[in-house]
Amino acid sequence: MIKAILIFNNHGKPRLSKFYQPYSEDTQQQIIRETFHLVSKRDENVCNFLEGGLLIGGSDNKLIYRHYATLYFVFCVDSSESELGILDLIQVFVETLDKCFENVCELDLIFHVDKVHNILAEMVMGGMVLETNMNEIVTQIDAQNKLEKSEVRMESALGNEGRKHDHELCMMCSFHRLSFSITL
Amino acid sequence: MALTVVSQIFPREMIPAVLPLIEDKLQHSKEIIRRKAVLALYKFHLIAPNQVQHIHIKFRKALCDRDVGVMAASLHIYFRMIKENSSGYKDLTGSFVTILKQVVGGKLPVDFNYHSVPAPWLQIQLLRILGLLGKDDQRTSELMYDVLDESLRRAELNHNVTYAILFECVHTVYSIYPKSELLEKAAKCIGRFVLSPKINLKYLGLKALTYVIQQDPTLALQHQMTIIECLDHPDPIIKRETLELLYRITNAQNITVIVQKMLEYLQQSKEEYIIVNLVGKIAELAEKYAPDNAWFIQTMNAVFSVGGDVMHPDIPNNFLRLLAEGFDDETENQQLRLYAVQSYLTLLDAENVFYPQKFLQVMSWVLGEYSYLLDEETPEEVITKLYKLLMNDSVSSETKAWLLAAVTKLTPQAHSSNIVERLIQEFTISLDTCMRQHAFELKHLRENVELMKSLLPVDKSCEDMVVDASLSFLDGFVAEELSQGAAPYKPHHQRQEEKLSQEKVLNFEPYGLSFSSSGFTGRQSPAGISLGSDISGNSAETGLKETNSLKLEGIKKLWGKEGYLPKKEGKTGDETEVPPVPQESIIMENVDQTIIKKDQSQVLTQSKEEKEKQLLASSLFVGLGTESTINLLGKADTVSHKFRRKSKVKETKSGETTSAQNMPCSYFSSSSDVTYEDDYYLDTLQDRGDKELNKFSLNSELLDSESLTELPSVEKLSSCTLSTPSLFTDDMEGLHSPSSTAASVANEISLASSLLEETSEHMHSDLVEVCNNETISVSSYKIWKDDCLLVVWSVSNKSGLELKSADLEISSAENFKITEQPGCCLPVIETESIKTFQYSVQMEKPFTEGNLFGFINYQMMDTHSVQLEFSVNLSLLDFIRPLKISTENFGKLWLSFANDVKQNVKMSESQAALPSALKTLQQKLRLHVVEIIGNEGLLACQLLPSVPCLLHFRVHGDVLALWFRSSCSTLPDYLLYQCQKVVEGS
Repeated sequence: MIKAILIFNNHGKPRLSKFYQPYSEDTQQQIIRETFHLVSKRDENVCNFLEGGLLIGGSDNKLIYRHYATLYFVFCVDSSESELGILDLIQVFVETLDKCFENVCELDLIFHVDKVHNILAEMVMGGMVLETNMNEIVTQIDAQNKLEKSEVRMESALGNEGRKHDHELCMMCSFHRLSFSITL
Repeated sequence: MALTVVSQIFPREMIPAVLPLIEDKLQHSKEIIRRKAVLALYKFHLIAPNQVQHIHIKFRKALCDRDVGVMAASLHIYFRMIKENSSGYKDLTGSFVTILKQVVGGKLPVDFNYHSVPAPWLQIQLLRILGLLGKDDQRTSELMYDVLDESLRRAELNHNVTYAILFECVHTVYSIYPKSELLEKAAKCIGRFVLSPKINLKYLGLKALTYVIQQDPTLALQHQMTIIECLDHPDPIIKRETLELLYRITNAQNITVIVQKMLEYLQQSKEEYIIVNLVGKIAELAEKYAPDNAWFIQTMNAVFSVGGDVMHPDIPNNFLRLLAEGFDDETENQQLRLYAVQSYLTLLDAENVFYPQKFLQVMSWVLGEYSYLLDEETPEEVITKLYKLLMNDSVSSETKAWLLAAVTKLTPQAHSSNIVERLIQEFTISLDTCMRQHAFELKHLRENVELMKSLLPVDKSCEDMVVDASLSFLDGFVAEELSQGAAPYKPHHQRQEEKLSQEKVLNFEPYGLSFSSSGFTGRQSPAGISLGSDISGNSAETGLKETNSLKLEGIKKLWGKEGYLPKKEGKTGDETEVPPVPQESIIMENVDQTIIKKDQSQVLTQSKEEKEKQLLASSLFVGLGTESTINLLGKADTVSHKFRRKSKVKETKSGETTSAQNMPCSYFSSSSDVTYEDDYYLDTLQDRGDKELNKFSLNSELLDSESLTELPSVEKLSSCTLSTPSLFTDDMEGLHSPSSTAASVANEISLASSLLEETSEHMHSDLVEVCNNETISVSSYKIWKDDCLLVVWSVSNKSGLELKSADLEISSAENFKITEQPGCCLPVIETESIKTFQYSVQMEKPFTEGNLFGFINYQMMDTHSVQLEFSVNLSLLDFIRPLKISTENFGKLWLSFANDVKQNVKMSESQAALPSALKTLQQKLRLHVVEIIGNEGLLACQLLPSVPCLLHFRVHGDVLALWFRSSCSTLPDYLLYQCQKVVEGS
């Protein structure tokens, strides 16, 4: 399974970190630092796999990373995952980001962390690969975005209507909740 | 979305609450939700496997889901489960193969393609599962050959992902039962990997080669040149992988070169992990294939100086053992040692070089032991060098202890010893107590040269020292103390519990300290005490105080020798050296009277324990009457029993000879005495002839058929749990059966007669027919004996012909331990007669249900042999027995168990009252009711052979609050499951 997914830039600033096993805040920071240290000193023309570190508990783990422009995408996985498979998963992830943000860059990750997390949640769930089809992920994300927008609209609508329509509000709220349970 | 959250970090206590909700979601119409639900369940499985065991069937359904995504999600689960237990899922191989065939054949919808490869991740997953399933199993492997061939063929090399699939394919091909054609193809693929210009593929190629190399070393020869290139590759990861590969192909011829390369790499790398790993490998290779002494010593020197203090402690230990025990050839040994000594002396000569502490320790031991082999240098010179090291500030105190020990060993060989005197002077005032003690030891030894020579003989390091680990020489002292009213020693854990229970006496009132006079066993066995002290010696608290003993333990080779020292101290009567506890000097003297050989560290441990014990006793027994003292004594005994078992395991592991093992030995011998008597009895029986025998077996059958009519009432079982001693020994005989010489007929009689007894005394299940054909029928039933589960198969010959060489075999199952009862292979089954086979079954680890498979072979008159297969289902309940304990013992045990599980169960209306609920539990689960207090109840049971589980329950209206505790982590969950079934079901 996937133990952790980290994204950081060339200077080691973490842009996204997702751990699928409980670690304390300090260890997480430590892991990010060490990973950056390991990854950043490697040349461009060496392989994308790193093995045998002691970082996330045990020699069983591998780091699989890819370097895109200013960002490093690092997946920490255990022995039950295929190296090349993960390498392609990173590719899929980045391409999906690219599709969702239209020409993704580091700033997108900074300003839309929530979105990135949503995309990641569609791909990887609890350390297991859930979905690898790019179109499928994009549709799910779009659906979520639509939902979000409709919520915003609803809220503003409610605000305009004011208190007169208490009853209606209740109705809407329940509707709102309903729509939520549907997306469950 | 909530499902995603669930699968993140989730506390195990909450699982029961959400589980039903998620199970519902498995039936959801949207595939994405089903998929997420499956993964959430998988997560639960990871967190607490025993809580979700009943939904395995649903996983199977998920595997057959019409949507590929859900099926793919369920593969995660299966991969995990198959990894844990591949034999249980062999039947699914077919479906996995079909799925893979469909995927490879492009039967999936187009949107699963990735770079025109159909569902690559799915393929990878499937291939891995197949690899696990096919391991060492020809039959399952055969199913896979086709599809593997297909995927090897289909994978056109155009993209990374195809390489990934290919790699997995190769891996699978090599892990399953080999087939030459496939191997050939796979080898070709590896070639493509290794030769690929892409660095990632090269890496994988090397990895694949490492797998393969054990099966087929010639493949490495083909890629020789590539491997050599990789060795000089700029990427350290590639380099390391290559070294790993080389490590696998090392042999006596190429060792020098390979180790050379490894050392080069070692010197460059800085990562601790890599160093540890590599150093271990070099040391192993050097030991295995060393071409000559000089090379070996030099390599080890390099290893020690580079690996230094981070390396695994086994390495120096192994090295020293090798030096000490040597090979078969004595001159060879001497040369090796001489060389080692010389090389170390030269190393020590070098100025301003810092060696790692471990290396210095090794040096000092070798010099201490084998300096006498030197001709040109006198012991004095060696001592001078050691002294120089001792004065060095950068040397740690542990190393100094080693050094000092070496000096001590050299002293008797030296003639004049100014340096030794100076050394003694300096260290007798050292602040380090350990060093000071060693110095004192040395000082006193020097005063008595005779003794010293006998104590420290030359070149005797390998002779076995009999270390009396049980400290039996202290028995007398302990008994004396006990008779004077001292409290018996209690192990650390128990003391804490007692403290706890005294502090919280209000909270635990139900289990309380209501001292009844049960459990009084009088004199405590001294061996139990001393072993107990060993155990608590390991515990952190005492460990801190005993730096002395711990130090000595670290220095294994010195152990035996140091062991002599205290003896001498006692004789010279010099007590200045004895540590500043006045009590201990008394102990020393006492010890002296009974002493044979002993280990000083242990004496110190013991005496300290003793003191602690007495302190504790005085604090503990304030306010408790004499009666309770006795009571505690009894309890201490029961507890120490338990610990004794544990420590035994530990000691056999470390391979020490302990007198503690005599205890169970005598125990067994007494029982085997009984067995012999039994045999004698049987022999007399035998004389009565075969007719009698038939009658016996018929009799037992009769009983069986009787039992068919009456339903097994469990109450009766619990009433006969405390079986009579005679029966117990009878059981012992059945289990251990030491008398292999006894005639098989006698065995049969014993079988029949014991069956007679058992069926009358023990509860058993109905006779169930498991398989039959026109000639024979096999039926089985279980006998729930107190100490094991007996499964009896009775084979009846329905035909009018004699059956020859009938043989019943039970295939071993993973969770069971099966012991064959005597007399299982019968040469002849006579016409229309019935024969029985007995197996005693024990559970190795808890689980809900399992099957026992077996088959019977027989031969009819003049025909070929026939084989009939059958299986018997065993559930956890078959292995649960009531545990008869008193309330206060219950309280004690309750505190000592760490694993607990709580759950509320709604009862059906019919049994909403406590007594009826209790009765159901007692009957259906065979629990022993310890006590009922108000609306709470205490129950106890044990999983055979002896894993206790305690249950506390309380009734609120129609809700039953169950609370389990056990020493086994998984047992409570399984029991809870059973209880739930029982309580809710009825």
